Amino acid sequence: MKTNQEFIAGLEAFEKPEIPYTTLNLGPTHPATHGIFQNVLQLDGERIVTGEQTVGYIHRAFEKIAERRPFYQITPLTDRLNYCSAPINNMGWHLTVEKLLGIAVPKRVDYMRVMVMELARVADHIICNSILGVDTGALTGFTYVYQWREFIYEIYEEICGARLTTNMGRVGGFERDFNPIVFEKTRKFLKEFPPVWREFESLLTRNRIFMDRTIDTGAITTERALNYGFTGPNLRACGLDYDLRAVEPYCSYEDFQFDVPVGTTGDTYDRFLVRNEEIWQSLRIIEQAMLKIESMDPIYHADADHYYLPPKQEVYRNMEALIYHFKIIMGEIEAPVGEVYHAVEGANGELGYYLISDGGRSPYRLHFRRPCFIYYQAYPEMVRGQLLSDAIVVMSSLNVIAGELDA
Amino acid sequence: MTTEQIEQLLLNTTGQSHQLSLDGYGVMNLQLKVNQLFGVLLQLYKDPELEFHFLTDLCGIHYPDRKDEELCVVYHVHSMKLRTRLRLKVYVPIEKPEVPSVTGIYGSANWMERETYDFFGIQFVGHPNLRRILNMDEMEAFPLRKEFPLEDPMREDKADFHFGR
Amino acid sequence: MQSTIQVAETPEGIAGQGFFATTLDAVVGLARKNSIWPLPFATSCCGIEFMSTMSSHYDLARFGSERLSFTPRQADLLMVMGTIAKKMAPVLRQVYEQMAEPKWVIAVGACASSGGIFDTYSVLQGIDRVIPVDVYVPGCPPRPEQIIEGVMRIQDLIGKESVRRRNSDEYKQLMESYFIK
Repeated sequence: MKTNQEFIAGLEAFEKPEIPYTTLNLGPTHPATHGIFQNVLQLDGERIVTGEQTVGYIHRAFEKIAERRPFYQITPLTDRLNYCSAPINNMGWHLTVEKLLGIAVPKRVDYMRVMVMELARVADHIICNSILGVDTGALTGFTYVYQWREFIYEIYEEICGARLTTNMGRVGGFERDFNPIVFEKTRKFLKEFPPVWREFESLLTRNRIFMDRTIDTGAITTERALNYGFTGPNLRACGLDYDLRAVEPYCSYEDFQFDVPVGTTGDTYDRFLVRNEEIWQSLRIIEQAMLKIESMDPIYHADADHYYLPPKQEVYRNMEALIYHFKIIMGEIEAPVGEVYHAVEGANGELGYYLISDGGRSPYRLHFRRPCFIYYQAYPEMVRGQLLSDAIVVMSSLNVIAGELDA
Repeated sequence: MTTEQIEQLLLNTTGQSHQLSLDGYGVMNLQLKVNQLFGVLLQLYKDPELEFHFLTDLCGIHYPDRKDEELCVVYHVHSMKLRTRLRLKVYVPIEKPEVPSVTGIYGSANWMERETYDFFGIQFVGHPNLRRILNMDEMEAFPLRKEFPLEDPMREDKADFHFGR
Repeated sequence: MQSTIQVAETPEGIAGQGFFATTLDAVVGLARKNSIWPLPFATSCCGIEFMSTMSSHYDLARFGSERLSFTPRQADLLMVMGTIAKKMAPVLRQVYEQMAEPKWVIAVGACASSGGIFDTYSVLQGIDRVIPVDVYVPGCPPRPEQIIEGVMRIQDLIGKESVRRRNSDEYKQLMESYFIK
């Protein structure tokens, strides 16, 4: 099998000597690549002819580590996949394990999960769109809206204690109920964030320079996108309204009213607009979720003694709770033998977990279907024939997160 | 779409009989032999009623205990028209792990097959560019096989004794 | 009106009419420590916490780090934030060697300090396997306040460093132990 160097040498051998292509190395440490991956571009002047990608600079062998860890210890690993929206990964993992174990969670837990996942989606799109602004030169948007990502971090801290890599929730629900401060802060967020986001949109959406740089750059058709396995906002920008939350609702998403925004041409501008509009829809969902959660009885976990850790007060007093606690931590739970695939709508697309269990406390095999890894393959096709500065803008609008790329 | 309908369709078009099974979680599973794989996938893609146009996932599994069937490649395909998912599995022996590549049908299979090769050593025949993707090029072993250790045995600062290993 | 903003502490010295005498080390250290230009080598989750540190809420620019340099040739402080895989280690080494003296390295996060939770075959167990490190900031990821504390410790180191340190035998031995010319 060829090595990287041999392959690039082979590429160069195909060059016609009368057209001297310039080889430009973009990465792995480059300010414009959000994360470390490498693109070796062949340029004809300033037009891009081909690109060759190298990924794996942050390969941390999650799938191998997961074969060693019990189910509840894999949650911190899933945090570090798409670390800009860690709660979505956590909840997706818990849903997968609950599907395998056959645990049915109460509605209120579903609504709490929806609220947390939509907050994470807002946080991820804040980063993606503001960094798209930064890559076109507009730093103001980033410094202004990043403040609101800090506010979302404060809400996470009230729920689980951590800011970025949240490790939120348990198999069967949450470790504690949402305290009143969570609702107070979310209400404040829902009141104060919309005018801020409207202002951010007014900076960029009808800005002549931004529009000139992003319209018709990195366009892809729906057929090519489906062939490349696109999902999420990148696919919706092409025109296909495929959203897992609407098509295959999980976690009681069918109880919520929201629209699925769709673009037309699949270029960078459409991806920007689709993500903007998704933030508005997510704010709608958070508001509905909060009303539902506050109006129901305070249940925050399923009645699954064999899999959900009992509260510590009971462990010290109650014999059964002590036994369950011991069994769960030591891994004597009865996990069924089987395999399950569950996917959630992550901020980048369909984030899937393929879990094969052999009855033990660790998975036999766990595979993450990572959207970034799959759609990043289309990048050379998307930038062919475009200018070098377009390459940066397209990469930024695809929202490639290195943790999810390499896993 | 029920399992019988898909089985009938595959029998009509490919001339071979296949056995689809429904597992406990409502997903249709199909096990294939290596030489049937490309034909069946192409048929599922081209058929106007089924339209399995989306390859969701492609991964490998290592079963060291199954003789002559140690490595498995799993394909998850999705039909957006019918809203069904289908799981296909192919088993190959570890001495000769050759599986036909499906990059001709699905463009997204390119990197997924490279990742499976990188982790398990499965040779995808017909792949345009089969080389390692996530690990270093110079690596010779295939890390996700069960016999490969998780920790680097040459590391100096972590004593296994203190970490319970 | 009395201002409460402290600009910088005057080093110890003898002041008189129209002159101020102090050691060269103190003056050079004072100038260097308040104008560090970092190179953010952000690889993963700690990089997002660094973005928080750089933006308006925590604002690393107050400490003189207004200009981030993404090229090693013009940077003083290499901030390694995130997991470094073995595939990335030669790149990190090359970036470190391209920096001009005086240079300092801060390892932000558990992965950069010691490999973190990833005790695997593909992750470098701490960047001090390949380059010398001055300050380690633990955390997974560390809060922005911790990153700022790390930068302040670097400022202490810079302020007290001798001007001749880079030519001393001890430093040369350190570089030789890492096989850096």
